[in-house]
Amino acid sequence: MIINSRFFNRSELMGFIALAAVLFVILPLTLDVFRLNLVAKYLTYAFVALGLVLCWGYGGILSLGQGVFFGLGGYCMAMFLKLEASSVENTKIQSTPGIPDFMDWNQITSLPLFWQPFHSLTFTILAIILVPGIFALIIGTAMFKRRVGGTYFAIITQAVAAILTILIVGQQGYTGGINGMTDLRTLKGWDIRPDHAKIILYFVEVVLLFVCIGIAQFIRLTKLGRILVAMREQEDRVRFSGYSVANFKIFAFCMAAVFAAIGGAMFALNVGFMSPSFVGIVPSIEMVIYTAVGGRMSIFGAIWGAILVNFAKTSLSESFPQLWLFGLGALFIAVVLAFPNGLSGLWADYVQPRIDRLFASRKSKSDWSGNSVADGAAPAE
Amino acid sequence: MLIGHQPKDFLLAVSGLTVSFDGFKAVKDLSFYVEENEIRVIIGPNGAGKTTVLDLICGKTRATSGSIQFRGKELTKMRENEIVQTGVGRKFQTPSVFEDLTVFENLEISFPRGRTVFGSLTFQRDQLVKDRVEEVAEMIFLKDKLNTYADELSHGQKQWLEIGMLLIQDPDLLMLDEPVAGMSVSERAKTAELLNRIIKNRSVLVIEHDMKFVEDIAHKVTVLHQGQILSEGTMEKVQNDPKVIEVYLGH
Repeated sequence: MIINSRFFNRSELMGFIALAAVLFVILPLTLDVFRLNLVAKYLTYAFVALGLVLCWGYGGILSLGQGVFFGLGGYCMAMFLKLEASSVENTKIQSTPGIPDFMDWNQITSLPLFWQPFHSLTFTILAIILVPGIFALIIGTAMFKRRVGGTYFAIITQAVAAILTILIVGQQGYTGGINGMTDLRTLKGWDIRPDHAKIILYFVEVVLLFVCIGIAQFIRLTKLGRILVAMREQEDRVRFSGYSVANFKIFAFCMAAVFAAIGGAMFALNVGFMSPSFVGIVPSIEMVIYTAVGGRMSIFGAIWGAILVNFAKTSLSESFPQLWLFGLGALFIAVVLAFPNGLSGLWADYVQPRIDRLFASRKSKSDWSGNSVADGAAPAE
Repeated sequence: MLIGHQPKDFLLAVSGLTVSFDGFKAVKDLSFYVEENEIRVIIGPNGAGKTTVLDLICGKTRATSGSIQFRGKELTKMRENEIVQTGVGRKFQTPSVFEDLTVFENLEISFPRGRTVFGSLTFQRDQLVKDRVEEVAEMIFLKDKLNTYADELSHGQKQWLEIGMLLIQDPDLLMLDEPVAGMSVSERAKTAELLNRIIKNRSVLVIEHDMKFVEDIAHKVTVLHQGQILSEGTMEKVQNDPKVIEVYLGH
């Protein structure tokens, strides 16, 4: 009777199909490669938004430092690509050939030790997951075990974002400084810059996004997903039901960090560079805004939020560069005040009921029995 | 009382318990003992430290000094979730249920299995869980509301749901903070009936103001006043204690 045997309920299934249709079919068929590559860039933020749905929407943990994890993932990927682009052959005009150009400009004469393992793609892929994951584990353990939460946690994550930016900018010789890592060329000898590579990378990213959606949806449907919701409302009740609240918060925060890192790595691949301007406070807050606009309680909503807000950002900042930031701020205020569940909330309130009615009337015509309210009800067959 | 004999006889032994908040001692050198299958009611005027005592036992507040032994285990050094796993359940004064979850999900979360992160990821809603949830839901008069979201329940129903959440944990010591406060007369009668049913085979520590209700259920009554025990004993004895009449019952 109450078994949630289905992975998606009907409205989620529609969301899934709609997103898959748009990303796999409609956009690749209608957009030119340049625009498609822009969508690929927007989608990197969809990974972050997906993590924020779990961490913030479900668990109630607001992190204003997701840029940190996005950046760590992106830099791990960029380090691998940069090393490959800095072969002795490519860099023979440098005073020390075979090291990244920015190191040479900063009078560094040998590859630093922590760069060495990034010659290996396997290590890089592991690092993309593990470095941000472990970093989130450390921050999460330090904060949540001491019961630091709410605004204090948000402020601390923001401080971490600021610190990491300063560190990256300050350590020019090791990180490329404010310019970041540019001129990324090949992945295992495969050129990532031409149009056909951009298209392949776009599809790789979309597939990865759907894998992450699957993971997030799986977590949501387990008891852990319900504990996150419970924790957001009545932390003490969860604690006095025998759960270690801190561990669950750490888990949610780490998952969000890993998703953000995958987004960051895809950013380095699709956009072809990585810089501290995607790590600091402003991008981190923007990532929260994408999630809020799309709907922090909805996996698909948040992904649409990331795509649409970024699309608006590109179109508006092309024509009114100064106005964009005001627009973003206004959007955020509007979301918080007027529609706290974002676009997905509006959809659920205004659009979904109409669709349901449409289905209901069709059902009654064809005598297709079973209740139409899909929430956990057994599938009507 | 023989030294070295006590921990075996008592389920809960509180001794010399003191807690001070910035110098104010909410509980002062408090000692009391609860036996197996005993129903103990704590009464006392506002600010007497009743809720603080429950907070101390369940670990919500840390004791400044003193000891709380539960089946010989020292609770003052354990974390809240460990205390729960030892067998102490706590109901709060205001109903604290998960309003965005259904009654079924509320009860399921309290089912004592899969309480770690990994355990909750692999938790299966099997027949055992479903049967137990339905059994408890029937006891707390919410069997036909399993799929209702908890925010749609009445105040009394939320109180029952929270009691049900404790029940499904099957604690050896159940602590209830004003379980009938804010309930209608009929809800109150049903709650008394419910409590009488669930207190079998476990000890219960109740805070309650409703003297009629206290009389109905209490084996023994402890009267707290300014963080200390004013009187202790059967309801009859306490009611006739001149000190108690003066500070509490006389009003």
